[in-house]
Amino acid sequence: MFHWLEKNPFFFAVGVFVVIAYAGLVEILPSFAEAARPVKGLKPYSVLELAGKEVYKKDNCIACHSQLIRPFKSETDRYGQYSLSGEYAYDRPFLWGSKRTGPDLHRIGNYRTSDWHANHMWNPKDLVPDSIMPAYKHQFTNAADLETAYAEAVTDKVVFNYPYDDGIKKGKDAFKKRLKTKILPEALKIAKETKKEDLVKAVESGKVPEVVALIAYLNRLK
Amino acid sequence: MQSSATMEYDYSVAKLYMWTAVIFGIVGMTIGVLIASQLAFPDLNYLFGEYGTFSRLRPLHTNVVIFGFTVSGIFATFYYAGPRVLKVSMGESKLLMFLGKLQFTLYLILATGMVVSELMGITASKEYAQMEWPLDALTVVVWVLWGVIMFGLIGMRRERSLYISMWYYIATFLGVAMLYLFNNAEVPTIFFSGGVGAWYHSVSMYAGTNDALVQWWWGHNAVAFVFTVPIIAIIYYFLPKESGQAVYSYKLSLLSFWGLMFVYLWAGGHHLLWSTVPDWMQTMGSVFSVVLILPSWGSAINMLLTMKGEWNQLTENPLIKFMVLASTFYMLSTLEGPIQAVKSVNAIAHFTDWIPGHVHDGVLGWVAFMIFAAIMHMSTRVFKREIYSKSLLEAQFWIQTIGVVLYFTSMWIAGITQGMMWRAVDEYGNLVYSFIDTVTALHPYYAIRALGGLLFLTGMFMFAYNFFKTATAGRRIEQEPRYRSPMA
Repeated sequence: MFHWLEKNPFFFAVGVFVVIAYAGLVEILPSFAEAARPVKGLKPYSVLELAGKEVYKKDNCIACHSQLIRPFKSETDRYGQYSLSGEYAYDRPFLWGSKRTGPDLHRIGNYRTSDWHANHMWNPKDLVPDSIMPAYKHQFTNAADLETAYAEAVTDKVVFNYPYDDGIKKGKDAFKKRLKTKILPEALKIAKETKKEDLVKAVESGKVPEVVALIAYLNRLK
Repeated sequence: MQSSATMEYDYSVAKLYMWTAVIFGIVGMTIGVLIASQLAFPDLNYLFGEYGTFSRLRPLHTNVVIFGFTVSGIFATFYYAGPRVLKVSMGESKLLMFLGKLQFTLYLILATGMVVSELMGITASKEYAQMEWPLDALTVVVWVLWGVIMFGLIGMRRERSLYISMWYYIATFLGVAMLYLFNNAEVPTIFFSGGVGAWYHSVSMYAGTNDALVQWWWGHNAVAFVFTVPIIAIIYYFLPKESGQAVYSYKLSLLSFWGLMFVYLWAGGHHLLWSTVPDWMQTMGSVFSVVLILPSWGSAINMLLTMKGEWNQLTENPLIKFMVLASTFYMLSTLEGPIQAVKSVNAIAHFTDWIPGHVHDGVLGWVAFMIFAAIMHMSTRVFKREIYSKSLLEAQFWIQTIGVVLYFTSMWIAGITQGMMWRAVDEYGNLVYSFIDTVTALHPYYAIRALGGLLFLTGMFMFAYNFFKTATAGRRIEQEPRYRSPMA
């Protein structure tokens, strides 16, 4: 049979495909039938939090930080309750990471504050003298891309039926309205919590620095 | 395999990919040494402002060495060895030659787009699948073109039976196509938001645990179909060709091929042990990872036994040295992987530096060594010149071997140290170490790893110089060497 296959490339290719696709059918499909259901009370990310998640992706925090607390006592003692599948129901993409050069962040919102984060992102060594994490000062001057985050929220609502309120809808005008009524006030609250004048001023002028969005996202992780 | 001295082959496309393999090798490994050094000496994070932090550069390193260096090496060997085992030249069909050059051009555009977008932080954030949807679409075009050329050549072949290397190239094409399409399924936000926001942004088709499952099905199998399957294609062609020895066992190659195809895809779950993925899938991942030793060692043993009775070549020919050590590293790596996939070991190893350590004994010792040997073997036939310097090749071999050993031994120690410190408790059951203690403890190992990487990079530069000189100034040879590559 194998000699025959080696002389008939088409059937050879079909054979290879069947053999490699088999595992996917068995392992991947059943999990999709059990589509990740959100845990009770879980809300989708706000637009500001989504913008923060984009900063998390852009500066690639997952290179060093996981968001997955494994069910071991040593991990629950250090980070809190182990992670549940339903907690990730609104995570597109998932951000578990695969390396812990720094600590896990899945429940960072439980034990760090906005001003701690602001100081830490400015210079980690100020708070943890032996830290090898670089400073992310550019996050204090770069503006967060709120418009793209808004587009993501709309897509999540339209395509994946996320339970957003009626204020999340298509178009630039809807975005501008949302910006004024929800996003900027939420950002201002975070900026004030950081106790950094520059950040407050920036938000008041209508520009949200990346670090403010990032902190909104990190505070949400709990 | 019969002598193909009677046929003239057109190597234009193979040559182009040989050059890009060398260039991407230098770029990717230089970034690798930089980020390894940043972990040991954090001040190096500030060389290029926002664009020079460890976190921003790390995916650039992985993507350039995988999709730049390795994939170039795979394409170079395919465009060289594919026509030879099929007994048909690319030059026989104007269309295929055009498509080949088009494929190379698009590949270069894609690689440039990848480097620029990742430096800017435009990323889908899935490991080894960071590119956003426009570049994903271009990837599909490049890959499909490769498939068209492959099956075009197969359609025109004069040798009826497909040689073992072709099996593996076909599997590479199909495997990557299937995995890539599923894992990169994403929804561009611009089409659903009424034109708001960045045009290149997208949302993953899957959420949370499902997304993780698909990602590691890809992540693990990108290792299968980029770092394993095509590299086996390379060794099955180049080791017999360079040594003049017939492949030891046809039956063993059959068993290894079909075994690898069936087993590999199941093992992805071992990246998600102790996560929120269903437990039975985690166990399947573990079990199949262990079974994977059989086909992996099957190929490696088949290659080592091919040298039976001719071991003297190991001392005389540096290219044989590279290939034999590559098979050995392949065995080491495919034993280490299953060990890490055992749940109790994984509890310690996961999230630690043992994982990059494991990856690098595979990619440096196996993948890169095979690509170096193949490029040197090809360059004597393609440029019709002797290899410029045998002693440089010998020196490269030893410097890089020492580099690899320093790399993985330091990361083994670092990983296990880290894993043990995270879980250490005192007599009352309280955690002994704060997290930062487990970071500072690793400093010496990070420094040793950076040194290992630097040695490997040094070897890469020696190789690039040797390759450049071979292509431009090596002594001309009249007749194509049958087996052993001539070298000065």
